[in-house]
Amino acid sequence: MGAEVHGTQEFDKKKRAEIKFSDAAMAEVNEIISHYPTEKIKSSLLPVLHIAQAEFGGWLSPETMDYVASVLKIKPIEVFEVASFYTMYHLKPVGKCVFEVCQTSSCWLNGAEDIVKYIEKKLNIKVGETTRDGMFTLKTAECLGSCGTAPMLQCGASYHENLTYAKVDSLIEKYKNENRLRSYTDKDYQNTL
Amino acid sequence: MGKKLLIHNDKVPNIHTLEVYRAHGGYASVEKALKTMTPDQIIDEVKKSGLRGRGGAGFPTGLKWSFLAKPPGVERYLVCNADESEPGTFKDRYLMEVIPHALIEGMITSSYALGAKTSYIYIRGEYFYVARILEAAIKEAYAAGWLGKNILGTDFSHDCYVQVGGGAYICGEETGLLESLEGKRGNPRIKPPFPAVAGLWGCPTVVNNVETIAAVVPIVNEGGEAYAKIGIGKSTGTKLISASGHINKPGTYEIELGIPVEEFIYSDEYCGGIRNGKKMKAVVAGGSSVPILPTELILKTAKGEPRLMTYESLADGGFQTGTMLGSGGFIVMDEDTSIVKNLFTFTRFYHHESCGQCSPCREGTGWMEKILKKFMNGTANESDVELLWDIQSKIEGKTICPLGEAAAWPVAAAIRHFKHEFLEIARNKKFVDVSHYNRLNKVTA
Repeated sequence: MGAEVHGTQEFDKKKRAEIKFSDAAMAEVNEIISHYPTEKIKSSLLPVLHIAQAEFGGWLSPETMDYVASVLKIKPIEVFEVASFYTMYHLKPVGKCVFEVCQTSSCWLNGAEDIVKYIEKKLNIKVGETTRDGMFTLKTAECLGSCGTAPMLQCGASYHENLTYAKVDSLIEKYKNENRLRSYTDKDYQNTL
Repeated sequence: MGKKLLIHNDKVPNIHTLEVYRAHGGYASVEKALKTMTPDQIIDEVKKSGLRGRGGAGFPTGLKWSFLAKPPGVERYLVCNADESEPGTFKDRYLMEVIPHALIEGMITSSYALGAKTSYIYIRGEYFYVARILEAAIKEAYAAGWLGKNILGTDFSHDCYVQVGGGAYICGEETGLLESLEGKRGNPRIKPPFPAVAGLWGCPTVVNNVETIAAVVPIVNEGGEAYAKIGIGKSTGTKLISASGHINKPGTYEIELGIPVEEFIYSDEYCGGIRNGKKMKAVVAGGSSVPILPTELILKTAKGEPRLMTYESLADGGFQTGTMLGSGGFIVMDEDTSIVKNLFTFTRFYHHESCGQCSPCREGTGWMEKILKKFMNGTANESDVELLWDIQSKIEGKTICPLGEAAAWPVAAAIRHFKHEFLEIARNKKFVDVSHYNRLNKVTA
């Protein structure tokens, strides 16, 4: 794996050598692997990539993908072709909190566009950008299955529903104060159903 | 009040725990099935029930089960499709989040009927927290002996696992799902072979929607005939409907198939009518893929009969004047809504979600989005309406999986019923978003 696979991103051998799952993460990975027949270990790739993304800075660097390939004993290209297919894997660095605002039909009917504009103004970034302090990334998302509680945004494992400007304000305030990486794998999701 | 079979206990405190679920009759179907029924008897009951796939296609479940190949010495699998991604649909999320054991129980009973020693629940990655809830429920079920070796002292053993996806609508298509479950890109497979013959890892596999599997529980408990008595004709039993849009009471409702559409929209038991005293303009009745219908056609068929919430009644008139029950994603739009703008959000969705395997879909969805964007910024011409029609007609039926149709149908229906809106924008060279004021009111509340 190298530059030819990842375009302009350089493969850093030194960085690669430092990547290793913590014991807790490795235990989770092993649990996932045990769900499949031994020779079908590749099936664990999607969930393991989620753990890797949470463990190594919120995105999947070429070095991280190379490491995951070595853990699952598959080729690095098999990891890359999956990571690049699915929208939840970030192939570039993102902020600690990624706001994914749903914009499809029911969310649009209920003001998703205004929520996006409000966040853009408040954080002084455009969709796709990250704040200078590395705290927030703003993205739009396609239907997240929250149509009855629109508009909504997802941040890590949490669904924030029936959004208003006031709710967005308090959410940003809260996340700023907590100042930590929010991942899909977080166990302290906020259930707002 | 209509009869409810799936979410009748949704308001019971702590119904997500095994203890409370069991106290309300949970896991009775596993006891009945394993102790008193053969697998074939269960398949017969499911056939008698008339249950049809609740993910959207509506294929008879008993028939699908009977296609499962059973070569000796080869593993068979049950895979639950919890990839709920059809815009407008969130009923499976509600069921899994509130009553996770209803799905686990259905998985065990169905796996016994199919002879599957292992089953997987493939859930969309965005529902990560719901996967946690399911995993907690599975853990409880193992501890209580409902999963694992020799369940209830019989020789039936079963393991059930949850797998999270990575965010891709296409994995709701059953072969795309199987690819993803194998740790690959979710590119749908060419059929045949069907999963019933060569599915997960090439083994015979049944893929069923969450709601379908949960419905097996009441069918086994009360019998297929009792289930078939609910509903009308070939639309038997109850259906979960996800209601959203400009209605007073959005949410997940369980209805008896056969109630009038008008009752569903206007009665206080369900949607509670249109918000802000507005009039209704249009409805997408079964998720984003199904044809949008204007008010007069969603409430009554072209023949003037009341439209009912059944597979047949909603489809009455074909695509000229009808639609589909689909996934039950019921999106209601008020009189101020721009049908063109709503279509733009749908088409943007399909372009984003096309897996890229088939040229008509990969190129066509992007092209249609580009044209609709011209309508949004006021640069479209009248001839662009014909062009849109032409493109959608060349996607349908020319792709490996039904995403092509799913992307084409909403475009065709919007033009069929609301052509004047497209022409107005093209003639005035301007898109006026009348409903923006209402939306702004909602988010600044």
